[in-house]
Amino acid sequence: MDLMEYQAIELFGRHGVPVAPGEVAQTPDEARAAAERIGKPVVVKAQVKTGGRGKAGGVKLAKTPQEAAEHAEAILGMDIKGHTVHRVLVTEASDIAAEYYASFLLDRANRSYLAMASVEGGVEIEEVARTKPEALAKVPVDALPGLDETKARAIAAAAGFPADIHDQVAQVLSALWEAFTTEDATLTEVNPLVRTADGRVLALDGKVSLDDNADFRHPDHAAYADTSAADPLEQRARDKDLNYVKLDGTVGVIGNGAGLVMSTLDVVAYAGAELGGVRPANFLDIGGGASAEVMADGLEIVLSDPAVRSVFVNVFGGITACDAVANGIVAALQLLEGRGDSIDKPLVVRLDGNNAVEGRRILAEAECAAVEMVDTMDGAARRAAELASQGA
Amino acid sequence: MAIYLSERSRVVVQGMTGAEGTRHTRRMLASGTTIVGGVTPGKGGQLVDIDGTKLPVFDAVAAAVDETGADVSVVFVPPRFAKAAVLEAVDAAVPLVVVITEGIPVHDTVEFFQHAQDAGTTRIIGPNCPGLISPGQSNAGIIPADITEPGRLGLVSKSGTLTYQMMYELRDVGFSTCVGIGGDPVVGTTHIDCLRAFEDDPETDGIVMIGEIGGDAEERAAEFIAASVTKPVVGYVAGFTAPEGKTMGHAGAIVSGSSGTAAAKQEALEAVGVRVGKTPSETAALMHDLMRG
Repeated sequence: MDLMEYQAIELFGRHGVPVAPGEVAQTPDEARAAAERIGKPVVVKAQVKTGGRGKAGGVKLAKTPQEAAEHAEAILGMDIKGHTVHRVLVTEASDIAAEYYASFLLDRANRSYLAMASVEGGVEIEEVARTKPEALAKVPVDALPGLDETKARAIAAAAGFPADIHDQVAQVLSALWEAFTTEDATLTEVNPLVRTADGRVLALDGKVSLDDNADFRHPDHAAYADTSAADPLEQRARDKDLNYVKLDGTVGVIGNGAGLVMSTLDVVAYAGAELGGVRPANFLDIGGGASAEVMADGLEIVLSDPAVRSVFVNVFGGITACDAVANGIVAALQLLEGRGDSIDKPLVVRLDGNNAVEGRRILAEAECAAVEMVDTMDGAARRAAELASQGA
Repeated sequence: MAIYLSERSRVVVQGMTGAEGTRHTRRMLASGTTIVGGVTPGKGGQLVDIDGTKLPVFDAVAAAVDETGADVSVVFVPPRFAKAAVLEAVDAAVPLVVVITEGIPVHDTVEFFQHAQDAGTTRIIGPNCPGLISPGQSNAGIIPADITEPGRLGLVSKSGTLTYQMMYELRDVGFSTCVGIGGDPVVGTTHIDCLRAFEDDPETDGIVMIGEIGGDAEERAAEFIAASVTKPVVGYVAGFTAPEGKTMGHAGAIVSGSSGTAAAKQEALEAVGVRVGKTPSETAALMHDLMRG
């Protein structure tokens, strides 16, 4: 899960990373009150999970609380690259002398961690990496023993920070590392890390990605979830513990196993390309078990998507044999009808693997009007795309 | 001969007395695996009867290794206890530890992987993986054994069900070993590790490599193939239609900005002469062609 800037700054502050005083506001009045409490000129910043907010007019300096309210009025509700602004961060304006960069991240390739630091901050770090790679220090950090003071100083030196702020930068790095490890983050990034005219070093903006797998030891992380931005179907799926991602096409997809479902989306898109660009409407992995109840929950979500015109159920019977899956589909359809949902969209079902013949027989004997069986994945994808293109 | 796992492998199951552990121990036994015991802290001394096979339960991995000569551990321990379980297996110097558990915090995985690297005596496969099978010899994990046959192909994949799909489509050719390396951002055994092992295995003639979006493991595997693999390789990559910034089921399956895309992976593989199928079935057909020569 990626955090908003205000959440990242709050998390940094809790771990001792120096940050400017600030408050989040959802209305112009709240922004005015925040600016009054801060008592100095403030910056009003749109809270969206995308870059380029400055250019879009989402970051404004306000000399007075009234000005802060006016800027908040203009920024709240603004659309920045498809993200609606629901909140602004009102933060004390800093007199910036220099902008730097610092981060810790998971290094997938080396199966370890990486510290990155640069005195070229305030711009996209990918840009620095591309145009001035020598200006970006990359220092591996092992899980054991982690980051100690010597290592923190080595990073500051490698990045070429001015000698007079090495102590402060090393302290920031230590606090940032603590946030990275104790919060189970996969990224803690400060950009820019600034030096103020009066010689302080502050984290002015940041990005944090948290590992969802570690939620069980961080009950407080649940509060970071941004329910306002979630697609309503994705939200419903999450409430039912389903692994669902909404996409922009018309063929609903249900399958077992993340890799197979990703593959199914691709195969639908290939088949659909010859039919005027029919595309998958969603990713839905019901897992290896494929029980009737999970299948029913999955079908309910996919069928309730108004964009869906046909559904492709693609199951490979491995641990759960196809006869059990077929019984699950039949029971799921009965369950849905029992709930009063009419199944008015065609379902193309492909069963393969363990006990596929028996599974197909069960489905055929159930005589569900909406269900059509196709033996191969490629053939079934083509049929589902055809049905969607006919608007059946 | 196969890789990593053979008919001589002696398997201990960590978490055997749990529901998943028991269920899959039964399936592993049914597919001919030599299971020598289980480990559940606090339940040591018990004897568990699984379909007539009486298996001793130990409190600790070290005791299980001492008593049974186990050289493989399969881990079915829930996420919050998985790190301790794997560290224990590494400390007992078990040569192969297969971590099936899904949902382990990545910081835990990085830590037990580094611990294993430092110890130098353990290979970890997974986490969040279906395990590995050398058909007709041994099965360590949750891969269904009866969908394929022994043969001379090697398979390495990030995805469980795609592994099964490919095992099934190529069952007439058959496999020496199929390895599900797992869908997490950090895994103990990589595509490259398996490619190297298959290249060195005299009983493997061709390799199927299945990748998916996220990270750059496939790109690095392509470089390795160009430099060090002489056996024919066919590839498949899932996730061309995945949107940027969304995790697609597997914790590691995410396109970030312009990195980790399926297109880049396909391009990297094709650039070194690996034929990449558009669909799983087409990939199997490519391998059928190659094997017919």
